[in-house]
Amino acid sequence: MANPLRGEVLNLYKNLLYLGREYPKGADYFRSRLKAAFLKNKDVKDPEKIKQLISRGEFVIKELEALYYLRKYRAMKQRYYEDDNKNK
Amino acid sequence: MAALRALVGVKRVIDYAVKVRVRPGGGVVTDGVKHSMNPFCEIALEEAVRLRERGLLQEIVVVSCGPQQCQETIRTALAMGADRGLHVEIPAPQYESLGPFQVAKILAALAKKEGVSLVLLGKQAIDDDCNQTGQMTAALLDWPQGTFASALTLEGEQLTVEREVDGGLESIRLRLPAVVTADLRLNEPRYATLPNIMKAKKKKIEVLKASDLGVDLSSRLAVQCVEEPPQRQAGVKVETVDDLVGKLK
Repeated sequence: MANPLRGEVLNLYKNLLYLGREYPKGADYFRSRLKAAFLKNKDVKDPEKIKQLISRGEFVIKELEALYYLRKYRAMKQRYYEDDNKNK
Repeated sequence: MAALRALVGVKRVIDYAVKVRVRPGGGVVTDGVKHSMNPFCEIALEEAVRLRERGLLQEIVVVSCGPQQCQETIRTALAMGADRGLHVEIPAPQYESLGPFQVAKILAALAKKEGVSLVLLGKQAIDDDCNQTGQMTAALLDWPQGTFASALTLEGEQLTVEREVDGGLESIRLRLPAVVTADLRLNEPRYATLPNIMKAKKKKIEVLKASDLGVDLSSRLAVQCVEEPPQRQAGVKVETVDDLVGKLK
């Protein structure tokens, strides 16, 4: 039953779980959604399809990183660069 | 080209998303509060990592001053791409009175000891908002400084820094060794991913004491009081235009 992609999927799950700890709506919210998303595809057997799903997960990682960066950048800009906000 | 090394200072601060609460009896509540790396230090570190990726730096040494937990911050810095960590351990009671001047003395001593030619720091920390450490470090070392950097180019021994000043940008050219402090728009720091944090556990963190560096940590500043900002008064609804005019008068 050991699928050669099993490790990759597990790593993806771990990475997403780690990223979810900072999720604005809370880690629990993120974790339940994440788990549901993975369970939904648990019966997928086609390696091509699995690869496709993994790349989708990697895309989500990129999006999350961008989200966190922007959130932090905006907070800093709002706190320390008040004049810019008024002008725009 | 000569192999250059950079020293990057990272500070462990209360996370930017956490609401800071004042502790009765002075100071702020830090126990059980999420901490992370100061965002401006992240930017400084990212710049160092990018310089190294382009082969302009040979080694990045990160340093953090403070209690044991600072090692987590150093670990994050190592995961982002620094090579080696230095932890200047300062016990909690002393850490309370640690100010920019003391940190600058530590950084200056380390810069000499490690033989670095570039000190990269965040322009300020989001907890005390002092914006002094970089300037003081440059003064203590008698090195040129480029503060509030929003762009940085390194060519041999020449460093061109674009500075964010009131009403525009200022370009200055410095000769290494130099101190640079990062402003918000310098770059977009990368995220310390889980695999990188795992790999970073193999990198070395050296623990030092301030006394090893011959730095006196006594502070001449006394904090008078720490207060929460005044609460915003609730608004009221006015019934008629006359009411409004009356209130405005």
